[in-house]
Amino acid sequence: MTKMNMVQAINSAQDVMLERDSSVVVFGEDVGYFGGVFNCTEGLQKKYGIQRVFDTPIAEGGIIALAIGMGVNEMRPVTEIQFSDYIYPAFDQIVSEASRLRYRSGGEYWAPITIRTPCGGGIRGGQTHSQSPEGIFTHVSGVKTAMPSNPYDAKGLLISAIEDDDPTIFFEPKRLYNGPFFGDPKAQSQSWDSHVKGDVPEGHYTVPIGKAETVRAGSDLTIVTYGTMVHVSLAAAELSGHDVEVIDLRTLTPLDIDHIASSVCRTGRCVIVHEATKTGGFGAEILSQIQETCFWKLESPIVRVAGWDIPYPHAFEWEYFPGQGRVLDAIKKVMEG
Amino acid sequence: MVPSSGKNLNVPTPRHRPGEEPEFDDLDIPNAGAAPRPDILTDPKEMFAYANTMIRVLDMKNKAVGEWNPCLSPDDLRKGLTDMMITRIYDDRMQNMQRVGKMSFYMKSRGEEAVAVAQAMALDKKDMLFPSYRQQGLLISRGRDLLDMMNHCLSNSGDNCKGRQLPIMYTWKEGNFFSISGNLGTQFCQAVGWAVASVYKGEDAIASTWVGEGTTAESDFHHGMTFAAVYNAPVLLNVVNNQWAISSFQGFAGGERATFASRGIGYGMPGLRVDGNDFLAVYAATKWAAERARCGGGPTMIEHFTYRAGGHSTSDDPAKYRPEDEPEVWPLGDPIERLKNHLIEIGEWSDERHEQTAKDITALVTKKYKEAESYGTLNSGARPEVSSMFEDVFKEMPDNLRRQRQQLGV
Repeated sequence: MTKMNMVQAINSAQDVMLERDSSVVVFGEDVGYFGGVFNCTEGLQKKYGIQRVFDTPIAEGGIIALAIGMGVNEMRPVTEIQFSDYIYPAFDQIVSEASRLRYRSGGEYWAPITIRTPCGGGIRGGQTHSQSPEGIFTHVSGVKTAMPSNPYDAKGLLISAIEDDDPTIFFEPKRLYNGPFFGDPKAQSQSWDSHVKGDVPEGHYTVPIGKAETVRAGSDLTIVTYGTMVHVSLAAAELSGHDVEVIDLRTLTPLDIDHIASSVCRTGRCVIVHEATKTGGFGAEILSQIQETCFWKLESPIVRVAGWDIPYPHAFEWEYFPGQGRVLDAIKKVMEG
Repeated sequence: MVPSSGKNLNVPTPRHRPGEEPEFDDLDIPNAGAAPRPDILTDPKEMFAYANTMIRVLDMKNKAVGEWNPCLSPDDLRKGLTDMMITRIYDDRMQNMQRVGKMSFYMKSRGEEAVAVAQAMALDKKDMLFPSYRQQGLLISRGRDLLDMMNHCLSNSGDNCKGRQLPIMYTWKEGNFFSISGNLGTQFCQAVGWAVASVYKGEDAIASTWVGEGTTAESDFHHGMTFAAVYNAPVLLNVVNNQWAISSFQGFAGGERATFASRGIGYGMPGLRVDGNDFLAVYAATKWAAERARCGGGPTMIEHFTYRAGGHSTSDDPAKYRPEDEPEVWPLGDPIERLKNHLIEIGEWSDERHEQTAKDITALVTKKYKEAESYGTLNSGARPEVSSMFEDVFKEMPDNLRRQRQQLGV
């Protein structure tokens, strides 16, 4: 075990896989010599050479198409889309191609590609460097989507994604790269050093895709969340005065509904928290599935806490961001309901 | 609202519309044999002229002339001719079966058979093909059983795509033929990726990919060209300029201002403009580009100047947007007729033999089709297991799909 922040953990996962599997290559905009705008590939080109870790033209659609072709020809590409806000030019390649190739070809072809992409706000990124577009991709059949909330999960999940024979979009909440974030930008920033999930094995290990984790046990209410909001929710749970259970989804699709349902059926109350905009967000899907499986056990209506249905506004970042106050309001509402 | 006077938007207009008499008298068609054949590793900067001329081998007297003449054996020429004939007869039969409701959709390749068949012959079988939807001649040349092709089109119990794809969106891994998407151009840069991986693996297999001229307007075209050039990928980037994208003529892809082949120049790769109805020219240009790629010379873009003699698909009537007799007056003729006449000219074929071959192929296609129907059609008979529609979404079926399958009761 060694102390790693999320950037180091993500770097380490790629390092481990480049070392273990000669079919793994890492590419994207600025990931080579420069090591990526968030340093997630720092040192990898120096260690593995320019043939294994290289820069690409600024063309997200081309990056994913290249990866698909390489994947079809027995390689295992790990790509970076520099910001998830830039993923849309690759939408057709992800939705119509990578996600459907195995299906449409009757299982003859597939593309085992990993798409890493930083997401989320709270870094003064404005509306083109802050988005959380995961819900757009959770709607797509044939692609897996994951979003870790800490260094340990990030490394283990990324290794799982790279080893997986299906395409995976790996969302990295960039506000968590250097430390857990509890929703208050004025608070003293924390590092991962003192966090239990900042202890990361140096070698190979996996966190399975498709498995949620209960990160706080409780009996009054279940918060279902992922990414940055895991930490905001945990902080709100502490302040709430209630015995709150918090589930970190880690993988969005395939969704670990059994894990969620067993908790909500027990507590009878649920709050769903994500940073992405509310309408049509992944929270709506989670809510529907809970309603389908736990309706008769529910003590009160489920409440969603999410970003407002607006583009991420530069000057009003913290009015947009669903912080502890909004999570506490939701807990209160659900407990009173 | 319209633009103010004198500043009208340039909305391209084709030469002819229905009711007008088609003519192509001013089309600049260089003589067969006029273009020299450069060394395969010629610097692209010295090859600009090839994007604006037209590589042609078969002249109007049915002779093969000039440096690009691939000097194929009579057996190879006959194989090329026969495969083009199979493609056309197969297409006609399948379109007819669509018309009588046996399948949902069909797309013929009439007039463009040389592009697929000659290219398949010029490439090695280990080379990977990333086609568009009008290159069924690739499958036929590589020897795919017509029964398997028909089973796919009928979405029946013998369909290797398990009833999941529109007819003609073939997949054939055994023949190194990629899965046709149905979205335009998406395979263009994927072919580059495949070719790049071939280099990693130390193999000398190359990739070849095809789009129509209309699709050059898609960003995927630019991605494919850019990535191929940047990484010097061993790939052939083919643009089949068949003049029409459904009802939009090639002017809507920018063809009025510059040839499609000239786009290669801007990316720093050779752009070859080829008479796409000339089997020998297509073969020769493909061979040149394939050898170049195999020798580390990188990508080549080839524009196949041809004509879509049929409709875009069974869903459109070309008489609604172009003169019905436009295909007949197309000045570069028909690829099958031209190769047939060449073989006759050199004493290796005859009208009788041609007729007999056509009869034999028709009988074969009829027999295969009957056999295919015994595996079912889209509307009746056997089809893939319904439960299989939940398979292959992922390598392993996740719980939500398992539950949905149970819900459907299959």
